[in-house]
Order: sequence, then structure tokens, then C-alpha cells
Amino acid sequence: MQRRQILDAHKLSIILQRLALEIAENHGHFQNTAIIGLQPRGIIVARRLYQKLKEITGNENIKFGELDSTFYRDDFRRGSSPLVPNSIKLDFIVEDKKVILIDDVLYTGRSVRSALNALADFGRPLKTELLVLIDRVHNRELPIEPNYVGEKIDTRAHDKVEVLWKENGAKDEVWIITKN
Amino acid sequence: MEGLSTRHLLGIKDLKEQDIQLIFETSDNFKQIINRSIKKVPSLRDVTIANIFFENSTRTRISFELAEKRLSADIVNFSASSSSVSKGETLIDTVNNILAMKVDMVVMRHPAPGACIFLAKNVKSQIINAGDGTHEHPTQALLDAYSIREKLGGLAGKKILIVGDILHSRVALSNILCLKKLGAEVKVCGPPTLIPKFISTLGATVEYDLKKALAWCDVANMLRIQHERQDFKYFPSLREYSMQYGLTLDVLKAIGKEIVIMHPGPINRGVEITSEVADSGQAIILEQVENGVAVRMAVLYLLAAQVES
Repeated sequence: MQRRQILDAHKLSIILQRLALEIAENHGHFQNTAIIGLQPRGIIVARRLYQKLKEITGNENIKFGELDSTFYRDDFRRGSSPLVPNSIKLDFIVEDKKVILIDDVLYTGRSVRSALNALADFGRPLKTELLVLIDRVHNRELPIEPNYVGEKIDTRAHDKVEVLWKENGAKDEVWIITKN
Repeated sequence: MEGLSTRHLLGIKDLKEQDIQLIFETSDNFKQIINRSIKKVPSLRDVTIANIFFENSTRTRISFELAEKRLSADIVNFSASSSSVSKGETLIDTVNNILAMKVDMVVMRHPAPGACIFLAKNVKSQIINAGDGTHEHPTQALLDAYSIREKLGGLAGKKILIVGDILHSRVALSNILCLKKLGAEVKVCGPPTLIPKFISTLGATVEYDLKKALAWCDVANMLRIQHERQDFKYFPSLREYSMQYGLTLDVLKAIGKEIVIMHPGPINRGVEITSEVADSGQAIILEQVENGVAVRMAVLYLLAAQVES
């Protein structure tokens, strides 16, 4: 087992700032755009970006939600234990809004697929975009590509990418864990 | 996280406290889902469930059916009156014939206590008990406890009173088992003839005076007299029962504190509870019904994780 650091706190904060500016460039003052973090691990990225976007745009009323797609996943009954759901915090309808889905790591694309299905139960968005902090390229099992990427990395299927956050009592860091 | 420790839901007796907590936490998620405009998720779209009812039911049956539909399961319904059971087929044969048509789970209500346990031992499918005679009604107990948790914030240390026909009630037995596992205090109240002799071995205390019992409790669960299961007269008349053990507005006012009123249904208005009380703000009877769908969705979801795909 080998651990290799990909991003440290400094690099991570620059990337988050860049991502926030990129989406602000495309979405102006967020009059009709909602930020939705994907449970469980996309939530912290989404919250950080949400704070930055409030500062950048001066808009205190940006729509923000947290979406769980456990009940829409395609691997239910294929593992040994049941999939445990997380809470959904989405107090608005996404009908005719632009939505930016936010997750930490994009790997096979299956959880994004389930999130798109879960999102459809809250209305028909005008447009849906995907932002990911880490894109594990060459590992996709579905035709899903992100609109905004923090860092692209090339990994093998049995590698693990670990994203750590201050909010969870660690330092802001991204590691790749390789099995020999 | 681990799943449920059982493969079937035959009774509360087989559940551990953490099983019940897992069911409650999962129910919270499903309650959110059934309260939005699109009330359906695709989790169980490749699971087929048979609802086999050998006894009448309105609430439980509709509740299970809605729970299954909202999880996108395929369902078949079966009631004994319109089936080959009346032609002399045995329970195991009936169920095995249904299972041969590739059914994964069975929800069963049956008048014989232990029918679900018997079935679980003799057929391959997963069994969910929707009430077996005077034995257990686990999903009712779960939804009752869930409703109390929602209303009072928790079960530990809460004082729960169960009033009525304790002797013939599967709701009472499952409720006592469930509430004790969650750390609540339980008292039963009713005419001595309708209180089982060894009820204290379950950890429940007995009080024959309704007013004293009500003054003690935080929650009163009023049960119906189960005429269909009574083989002889246990009390002189319904009028006398209702005068002694019926919950009226006057009795409720006299205890001088606000308690939560529950009823598993069907209500016999004017017997165990008057209309004024049943329709009052203290009653959470319809909340119980709503929670029933969420709790049953949670039970089906967690058990379905163990269906072989």
C-alpha cells in the first residue's frame, strides 16, 4: 500500500477559488442557478464553493441544496449490506432553473447517473451541469463528463482517492492510495 | 453500516435495539420522500412482493401496498376468500405456488398465531408478518414507536399506557416488546378479564383504574375490543366497558395534563374513545397512519437488501 499526496491545503484552496470564479463567469449573479451538493461526500465541496460564490457575487440568496441518491443507485442488492441513505435538503423545485451538481470525485459516473435521476423527481431543470473536484479520467463506465474540473488524475481501477477536509477534523488534502 | 440482523420480520421479539433504530433512521428518509410531489423511488424495481391476507384488513393492507408501490416493487395481492384455500389447499402449498411464479418477498396476515414463523421455516422466501392472530403485529408496533419518537423526541424513559383488550391484541404484545427494547416504561389497563395473567413477565405493569393510569402516562394507546377473537363474554356489556375504560373528554380534562392519544384503528367511536377525543389536537391517529407507510417502506427496503439477485 502506497500513499501519495496529490493536493495540499494551499493548492486545494487555489483550485476551489478558480472553480468558484469559473462558475461565476458562466452564471453571473445566480438569479436562476442553484448549487446542489451530492451526498455524502460532495457536500463539503459544495458548501465551500457556496460560501465563495456568495462573496464573489454579493448575492446572499443563492439557492443551495443537498441531494441524496441512495434510492436511485443501480448497485442496491448487489453488495453485502443495504445502502444507507443520507438526508435530502432541497427546499425548492428545480423546474426551469440551471443546476450545478457538485461532487468530490468523479470515477465510474454511476453515482452521478443516480443523482440525475433523483434530481428529476424535483422538476425539470433548464440545464444541469456537473462540477467535480477530482476527475479520475479513463475510469468511466457511463457516458458522463464534468463541465468543471478541479484536478484531473490518471488512476488504476483498484486505486483509491481520499479527499480530507478540515470540517471532518483532518487537514485539507487529497491523497491517492495505491495497492501494490 | 450493517443491515438488519434478521432475514424476516416475524415479530418484534427477534429484533435488536439497533435494528429498530436503523428502521427509524431509514423511515426518516422515506417520510421525506412520501411528502414531496413525486413520492416514488426506484429502489425495489426488480423485487416482486406478494401480499397474502387471510384476514380482513384496510389500513395495513393499503399501507403495505402503497409502501411497495412507492419503492417501485411489483406486487400481487391475494385474499383468502377469493382463493384456492377454500378448496382445501394447505398454507405451504399456497405460498410455494405463489413463489414458483418468482416472488421474492411475502407479506402475510393470518388468524393463527405463529403462522408466519411456520411459513418462514418451510418456504424459501422472506416473510413479513402483517399480523398473526393474537401473537404479533410488528410493523404496527414500529410505526407506533416511531410516531411517539417523532412527537416526544425519543422513547427512553417515556411512560406509555396501553388500554383495552390486551388479552386478544397482537398490537399490545408487539408494542410492549418494542417499547421495552427502546427503554420506555409500559403500563397496561383494562378489565381484569382482558389482562393476561403473566403480563408482568414482559416488563409491563398493570393498573385497573383508567383515571390513575392516565394520570401516570405521557402517551395513551387506546385499543379496540377484539370481538372477533373473544370466545365468551369477558365483561357484562359494551356500555359498562365504555363507562369504565372509554376515553372521554371529561376524563381527559380531569387528569390535568396534556397527553398524547393514539389508536391503531379501526376505531369504535363511543366505545374505547369518543369522537371528541379521537378528533382532538392531542390525538395523533392520522399521523400514525402516515408514518405507517414510511416505516413499512423502511422495513421492505432493509429486508430487500437480503433478497438474492
